Formats: sequence, C-alpha cells, structure tokens
Amino acid sequence: MKAKIRVTLKTGVLDPQGKAIAGALGHLGFSGIGDVRQGKYFEIDLAETDKVRAREQVKAMCEKLIANTVIENYDIDLA
Amino acid sequence: MKSAVVVFPGINRERDMMLALETVTGQQPVAVWHAETELPSVDLVVVPGGFSYGDYLRCGAIAARSPIMQAIKARAAEGLRVLGVCNGFQIITEAGLLPGALVRNAGLRFVCRQVRLKVENNRTFFTNRMQTGAIVSCPVAHGEGNYICDAETLKRLEGEGRVVFRYAEGTNPNGAMNDIAGIMNETGTVIGMMPHPENMIEPLHGRTDCRPLFESLLAA
Repeated sequence: MKAKIRVTLKTGVLDPQGKAIAGALGHLGFSGIGDVRQGKYFEIDLAETDKVRAREQVKAMCEKLIANTVIENYDIDLA
Repeated sequence: MKSAVVVFPGINRERDMMLALETVTGQQPVAVWHAETELPSVDLVVVPGGFSYGDYLRCGAIAARSPIMQAIKARAAEGLRVLGVCNGFQIITEAGLLPGALVRNAGLRFVCRQVRLKVENNRTFFTNRMQTGAIVSCPVAHGEGNYICDAETLKRLEGEGRVVFRYAEGTNPNGAMNDIAGIMNETGTVIGMMPHPENMIEPLHGRTDCRPLFESLLAA
C-alpha cells in the first residue's frame, strides 16, 4: 500500500516562499494571481495491507515527524 | 559547572560553543554524539548551531528525533538545564521542549549580521549577570529564525516573563513575532535563542558583549 501525504501551512502562518512564487508568476506575465501557498508532498510505501491500520500508522507518522502540527496541517490518501 | 555539547551530523558551531563554555567557566564541556542514548552527569546541556541533517524536512526536525534527544527530554523533565542556540533552538523546539516554531525568515534571505539584543528577563540561568533591559550586540546567522506561535501561547510567554531576549532597536532580522529572539520554558530550565552569543565573548570577536551570559552559568 502507498500513502500519499500532503503537508500544508496552516491558515495565518506566513508563507514567504509562496509570496516570492506569486511575485515571480507576476513577473512572467501571469495575471490574476491571488495567494500562493507552498506545501510538501510525501509518498510512503507500506507493508500494511489493511487500510484502517495503515491510516492509523501514517497518522502517527505525520503527528510525530512528517508534519509540525504547530504550523502545518496534513492529509493522507491511501492507495 | 559541568556541561555537555550535543553533536549532530551537519552541526558546525559546536567548537565555538565548547570554547566559549571552557573559556568562561574554566571547565571543558563533554561532546556527546547524537547516537548516544545516555547523557553524562552534567549541570547543563547545550544544543549548538549549524545545519543538522542538512535542514532536511524542517530545520531541526530530524535531530529532534535522534536517540540523544530522547535522553535529553527525559532529563529536562527532571529539571536539567538545556540551552539551544540557533539550530539548537530549532531542534529543542521541534522536540517539544519549547512551544511554537521557527519558520522561514520573512525576508526569505539567510541573514548573517549583528543585531542588537535586549535582555528581557535577567532571572534565568543564562542572563543573571545582565540587567533586565540591557542591550548588547550579538551575531545572528540563520535562514529560519522567524519565531511564531499561537495567540494563546504568545500571551502566556509575554505574561509569564518567558521572553528572555528580544531584537532591539528595529534589528529584527527575520520577522519573529513581538521581536522574539529567545524564550524559556515554564520552569526556566530550558532556554532557546536564535543569536550566537558564543561568538561575542572575546576581543578577537570584536566585542565581548555576550560574555556575561556565559558568566551567568557560574552563578546559577
């Protein structure tokens, strides 16, 4: 089973990288750019075959390491 | 005053820190490798600056989960003094020893310069030889020193006198909330700060402004 995890900054946490990207998009001539937020994406191969147990396992990984829940949210897809 | 300095792969300020500790306290600190599971018997553990694990994932995130950090967390819970400087501040915050987080500098750039540092609380093991309100010069060198926390935590830090250092005179280099440069835990046994006081203690550094911080360790 493969876990796909997206980690994003919580609302209200300043994202200077997103701002710089928004600026660069503007320089390239893209108009109508609003807020840009940069996140992280992870793929983790799992030996676990049970979806419920896999989700629990990945959730624990996110809480303990993959995300810093002080500043980040995460969501998990299993496939 | 017996001290230990923790060494992680990618750390580069451990020698400066050890030299500062030895110069001022007269006792050579013990270097402790990150893979160790036990701490020697010491009065203070310092987590120095650098780029542990190349800042992979988040600054300090990997180091915070290393074997030695588990030992440090256990001893910190018993009241052992812990000082984290720069990457060390990021590491001990990631480890949950201090609240909040250090994120990318608001200006996006790595900043390497001197700031004016204001001592906000002199009733700590690292500031008791300073006056509250004293302003000293201190170098900073970091890309992710922008301290943030939720409103409730900020209120508590400010209300409980747990902001130990603040950037003074408009020198905030990273956009940190309330110009916060250093904080402590509830019991005052854990202090984290972004600036590098170990690089401002002898004439060769240009100034000796931060020497009293290390002298404070002797009194505490």
